[in-house]
Amino acid sequence: MFSMRSNARRSAVMAVTASAALVLAACGGGDGDGDGDGAGTGGGDGGGDGEVSITFLPKNLGNPYFDTSSSGGTEAVEEFGGTFSEVGPSEASPTSQVSFIETAAQQGVDALVVSANDPEAICDALDEARGVGVKVVTFDSDTNPDCRDLFINQATAEGIAKVQVDLITEQIGDEGQIAILSASANATNQNAWIELMEAELDANHPDVELVEIAYGDDDDQRSFDQTAALLQTYPDLKGIISPTTVGIAAAGRYLSTSEYKGKVALTGLGTPNQMREYVEDGTVEAFALWNPADLGYLAAYAAKSLVDEEITGEPGDSFEAGKLGSYEVGEDASVLLGDPFVFNADNIDDFDF
Amino acid sequence: MTTTATAPARPFVSGVGHLLKARETGIAIALVLVVVVATALNPTFVFSNDGFRDLLLTPSLLMVVAVGQAVVIITRNVDLSVGSVVGLTAYLTGRLFIDLPGIPIVVVFLAGIGLGALLGLINGALVAFAKVPALVITLGTLYVYRGINVAWTGSDRINASDMPAAFRALGTGKLVGIPILTILAVVVLVVAAWYLRNLRSGRELYAIGSDPDAAHLYGLRVTRRVLAAFVASGALAGLAGVLFAARYGTVSSNAGFGWELQAIGAAVIGGVAISGGIGTVWGAALGAYLLLTINRSLPIVGVDDFWQRAVVGVLIIGAIVLDRVLALRQHRRLVEEREETR
Repeated sequence: MFSMRSNARRSAVMAVTASAALVLAACGGGDGDGDGDGAGTGGGDGGGDGEVSITFLPKNLGNPYFDTSSSGGTEAVEEFGGTFSEVGPSEASPTSQVSFIETAAQQGVDALVVSANDPEAICDALDEARGVGVKVVTFDSDTNPDCRDLFINQATAEGIAKVQVDLITEQIGDEGQIAILSASANATNQNAWIELMEAELDANHPDVELVEIAYGDDDDQRSFDQTAALLQTYPDLKGIISPTTVGIAAAGRYLSTSEYKGKVALTGLGTPNQMREYVEDGTVEAFALWNPADLGYLAAYAAKSLVDEEITGEPGDSFEAGKLGSYEVGEDASVLLGDPFVFNADNIDDFDF
Repeated sequence: MTTTATAPARPFVSGVGHLLKARETGIAIALVLVVVVATALNPTFVFSNDGFRDLLLTPSLLMVVAVGQAVVIITRNVDLSVGSVVGLTAYLTGRLFIDLPGIPIVVVFLAGIGLGALLGLINGALVAFAKVPALVITLGTLYVYRGINVAWTGSDRINASDMPAAFRALGTGKLVGIPILTILAVVVLVVAAWYLRNLRSGRELYAIGSDPDAAHLYGLRVTRRVLAAFVASGALAGLAGVLFAARYGTVSSNAGFGWELQAIGAAVIGGVAISGGIGTVWGAALGAYLLLTINRSLPIVGVDDFWQRAVVGVLIIGAIVLDRVLALRQHRRLVEEREETR
């Protein structure tokens, strides 16, 4: 009796999981320009007729963030007249990308644009691919610099820190108390940004006082409760910066149903899908992140420039990237996308990630 | 709902009842003290719309889970999987709203509670039939359920805008000045307390927790009762999962992470003996309120973020020491009574 129940339960879970996976797959397929087929035909043609064939390999498929970056990549490839394809694992585990890299190398694609799940694990496979002439560009998440030709960096720590300070000081009129709602106390990224934000505040915003750095541990519930505590502890608080996507969404959720809505400004790093609700209801005026579509677009142009041998990845090389303009290769063969992108009520509906 | 009025008249039981009552009163006094101190330092802790709402609202979800946990602990078992059940049902809630647009909210609640009960049934069946300690079984299901959740969720996430406004309003809305979630939690508490106090099957849970072998020899349906306790705990965790989605609006694969320990902590602080057979759901509910209210008041009092967990730990250890002292004292008293009546 028990085992039957257990089986029924298990198959129910599997059915639900499967249907969820189908839904996700359907979403992913809709955005990309034909996933699996594109890789086969694209690879075959690419070698023959001189058209640049570029394969995008995100961390995983069905991820709205990478759907957006791939749509940017597609746009770029259409502009310069190549073939675009997207392949990728269903889950972002360290070694899951290896087989896709090997397949792409065998198909003889001209360039591979990868967001690495692990800086080391895919290195050997990438080296092999480069051995047969495939150009390798990483974006979003880098591998070791030795394993790729170019890295497209979405933002610098300085840029991220500055845009958040600019946003909050603008929203509170450049004076008053602010607090930071961070991830965990030992989060490397956040701590680096916070240090830079403190320096920026000291240097250029003397009337803004940073009263507390609270830690929400990148946990929705804890970030939510920490927001409540911040608002209660500092009745004169004018604004909150949350440099983490989990934190800003939780803080937005708390503020949106609180008496402080519209009185306490909130900004930080967030994704449009998480923040749409709070931007629309007026809780949040503007927040920042990079634009994954631009990131994919730039990565595709960079890949093409490598294939056409306009650039080799040496510092100082420069190339044109369509609507984004001209870019120069910096240290460690990396290219910086630019300042973080600011999302607000006017543009948030253009994004779905 | 008065628990004292229905207390059995026999001297032995009423003596125990008295002790327990004192214990819960102590927790209640501690809770009031915390609130008074925090309010004295910062009046907005109670005297502001948000402050008052959060005071009642924040512990409500944990209270629901702690009540279920208390029922299981009373039978001398433990349910470590509740946090994972909360996570799974919270994600299910969001998924239902996304995949079946226009689904009635009541159906979502039933689905969440149903899934929770099912997961609880698996726990209960493994514990009751396989005769393996609940600690081991539910530690296993903690990881299994969380694993299913992570596999199902992946890097996906439920956002507030995925769920209808009417549903999310449940998470923050009020009825005659009291948050709806708190009202729901109190209803759950009252029903559970009444059941444990007044129904035969409820009393049997205490008997089983006091001495499972004796309960079995006495002819109590130990297997069935333990099974039911786990189903109840799972169903309440499922309810809490649905409410989690309504309250927090964002559900990722780590929703409810670590709740099992908070729920056990709440029950233990509230006087539910980890060795079974002693305690009430009132105590567990008060424990949940004390735990989270202290958590919320520490930043206001000015205690560093990092010390908050340590304070919770001290509370739990203090509660267990108190339990031990009370148990020893009661043991001595019972021995004395036996000597006197001889």
